[in-house]
Amino acid sequence: MAILVGSDTKVICQGMTGRIGTFYIERAKAYGTKVVAGVRPGKGGQRHLDMPVFDSVAEAVGATGATASIVFVPPASAGNAIIEAIDAEIPLVVCVTERMPTLDMIRVKHRLAGSKTRLVGPNSQGVLAPGRCKIGVMSTVHARPGRIGIASRSASLTSEIVAQTSAAGLGQSTTVGVGGDAVHGMGFAECLDMFMADPETDGVILIGEIGGSEEEQAADYLRAHRPAKPVVALVAGRHAPPERRMGHAGTLTIFGKGDAEGKIDALRSAGAHIAPNAQSVAETMRRALSS
Amino acid sequence: MNLHEYQAKELLSRYGIAAPEGRLASSPEEAEMMARKLPGQRFAVKAQVHAGGRGEAGGVRIVDGASAVRQVARELIGKKLVTSNTGPEGRIVRKVYVETAVKPERMLYLAALVDRGAGAVSIIGAREGGGDIEDRVARNPGIIERLLLTPGNNPSPEELRAYVGRLGLAGEIGDRAVTLLTGLVEALYQLDGSLIEINPLAVMPDGSLLALDLKMVIDDNALFRHPEFEPLRDEDELDPIELQAQRHEINYVKLDGNVGVVVNGAGLALATLDLLRDAGGAPANFMDIRTMATSMQIARGLDILMADPRVQAILVNIHGGGLTRCDTVAEAIGMAFRRSGRKLPLIFRAAGNNADFARTVLRNCGVPFTDARDMAEAAERAVAFTRNKAA
Repeated sequence: MAILVGSDTKVICQGMTGRIGTFYIERAKAYGTKVVAGVRPGKGGQRHLDMPVFDSVAEAVGATGATASIVFVPPASAGNAIIEAIDAEIPLVVCVTERMPTLDMIRVKHRLAGSKTRLVGPNSQGVLAPGRCKIGVMSTVHARPGRIGIASRSASLTSEIVAQTSAAGLGQSTTVGVGGDAVHGMGFAECLDMFMADPETDGVILIGEIGGSEEEQAADYLRAHRPAKPVVALVAGRHAPPERRMGHAGTLTIFGKGDAEGKIDALRSAGAHIAPNAQSVAETMRRALSS
Repeated sequence: MNLHEYQAKELLSRYGIAAPEGRLASSPEEAEMMARKLPGQRFAVKAQVHAGGRGEAGGVRIVDGASAVRQVARELIGKKLVTSNTGPEGRIVRKVYVETAVKPERMLYLAALVDRGAGAVSIIGAREGGGDIEDRVARNPGIIERLLLTPGNNPSPEELRAYVGRLGLAGEIGDRAVTLLTGLVEALYQLDGSLIEINPLAVMPDGSLLALDLKMVIDDNALFRHPEFEPLRDEDELDPIELQAQRHEINYVKLDGNVGVVVNGAGLALATLDLLRDAGGAPANFMDIRTMATSMQIARGLDILMADPRVQAILVNIHGGGLTRCDTVAEAIGMAFRRSGRKLPLIFRAAGNNADFARTVLRNCGVPFTDARDMAEAAERAVAFTRNKAA
C-alpha cells in the first residue's frame, strides 16, 4: 500500500507547461507515475507531453478523476494554486515551489483546516513510493521498494538515507518530504500517524534538523501514542553555530527554540532511537528492528 | 530582510505606532546638531546595527545635553559593536539614531510575528519589557501572553481589549493599546513582516504609548511585491561573502576552521558538518548549493572558498537528485581549481545522479582527488589531510 500514494494514484500537474514542470513530469511519467493532465490558466485545450491541459484544477479533476496534484507554480502565485486545489477537493497536493511568501502559506494553512486535502510542502522534494509512484523531484537512483517509511525536511539528505536503507536491504515503503519552509502542510506527527497505520511499513525514519518544532511535535506524538513500530530519528546540525541561518528558512529560531540537543532529548525520551550521525541511520534502524 | 530601528519607526508611524522624536546621524557633529533640534535636554544615542542586545553591549547611551551626544556618538560611530547577537566579529556602527529620552511609567513587551508552530500570525506580549526579556521568558515562560490570529479575519476590538487586559492595560490606556495592536497587525500583514517587535513599549505618565525600540524583519520571499523596501536594504550590514554567494544560488556561511565544505542541500550540509566535527575536523564554511545552480555559479562559490587562506583541504559531498547532477559540480570544481591555481587536497564523494560520470569529468579536468565511498569516510580523509599539514 504505502501512504498517501499508490500505483493507481492519478496525478495532475499545476504549472506543467513551464520548463521545470516539463522536466520533472517527463521523469515522473518515465518512473511509472500515472500523470493524467496539466493545469495552466489560459492554456486550456492545448496538449503538452501528450496530455490534455486544462484552465482550472476543477476542470482537470472533473475530466480525469485525478486524486493528487503536484504544484510547480512560481512563488508569487503558488499560494493561490494550492487554494484552487483545496477548493477542488483534491485529496493530496504536493508543492515543490521554493521561496513562497510565508503569509501566503498562512492563508493556505487556514484553508487546509477542515478541508478534504492533505498538503505536502511547499519547498518539498515530494512523495515517493518506490516502484509505484513518484510525485516529486527526488532522485530515484537508489530507491528500492521496502518496508521503511521516511519523513524528512531536507531533499538531498533524504536521498542519502534512502541509499543507505536500500543498501542495508530494508528499502522504503514511502518517503515524504515535509518541506524546508517555516510554515508548511503535513508535519512529522501526521506522517508518523499514517506510517503507524500502514501495514506495509515496519519502521519509520525521521530526518530532522535544527530550527522549527517538527521534531518536538513528533516527540509529543510518540509520547501520546507509544507506537509499536520502531522510530529512528536523525537531527542534523548538532555542530551548527547558534543564531545563524543555514540554508533552510525553517531554521530561523525565535526565543531560542530549536537547537539539536533539545530535539534529540525530546525524541529520545519519547522512545525514538537516535541515529548518532547521518552515516549510521540505516544501521540504527536495522538494530531497532531486530531488538 | 532586517530593518534598522530608525527605518522601522518611520514605517510604523504610518500605522499609528508612535515613538519618541528622533533623528539619524552619521557623524558626531551631525549627532550634536540633531540633538539640538530635538525637544528636551536628555537624549538616547543608539547605534544602528542589525543585532539584538545593543543595550547590554553599550550600543545605547542616555546622556544629558547635546554636547554629550557628540561625545558618545564619537565613541560609537566607526567602532565595532560586539553584542550577544553579533558573534566575536561584531558590527561596525555607521549611523546613530538620536532620540529625546523619556521617563516611562511602565514598560511592556509586544510583538506580532509568524508563529511557525501554529502556522499563523501571533501577537505575543508580556507585562514586563526590556533588554533581557529573552532570558526572563526562558526562566519563566508563563509571563508571555499569546493571541493567535486567523488569516483574513482580523481580531475584533473586544478580543484585543481582553488581550491587553491580560497585559494589565485597562481604561483609556487599554483603548490606546487596542489601536496600537490593530496597527501592528495591519502593518505585519501589509508589509509581509515575519516579526515586528516593540521592546520596550513605554506607558508614559500621560497615558500615551511609545515604542522605545523596534525590530522589524521582512520576509525575504515576499520582497518581490515590495519594491519600496529596496532602498532600505543596508548592504553594509550583510556579510559581503554571503551576499556574493547568494547571487550565485549558493548559501554560504564563513566559519573558522580549515576544511572547506561543498555540499548540495542544507540538510545534507548540516549533516556533513556534524560528521566532520565528530571526526575531529574544523569546517571553514557552510556551503549549500541550491538546486537551480549552474556549474558557473557553483564555481563562483568555490572561488570564495579557495580564496580563504585558512582552507587546507576541500571536502565535497554531493548527492545528485532533482536538477543537481554530480557532473555539474565536478565541472565547477575544474573551473575553480584552474582559476585559483591552489593545489588543495580534494576529497570527493558523489552519489546519485551521474556520480560515476562526475569522477570522469574531474579526471578529464586534471584535478587530482581522493575518492570517498561515503560521507563518513570523506570526513575522516579530510581530517587526515589537515592533520598531516599541521604536523
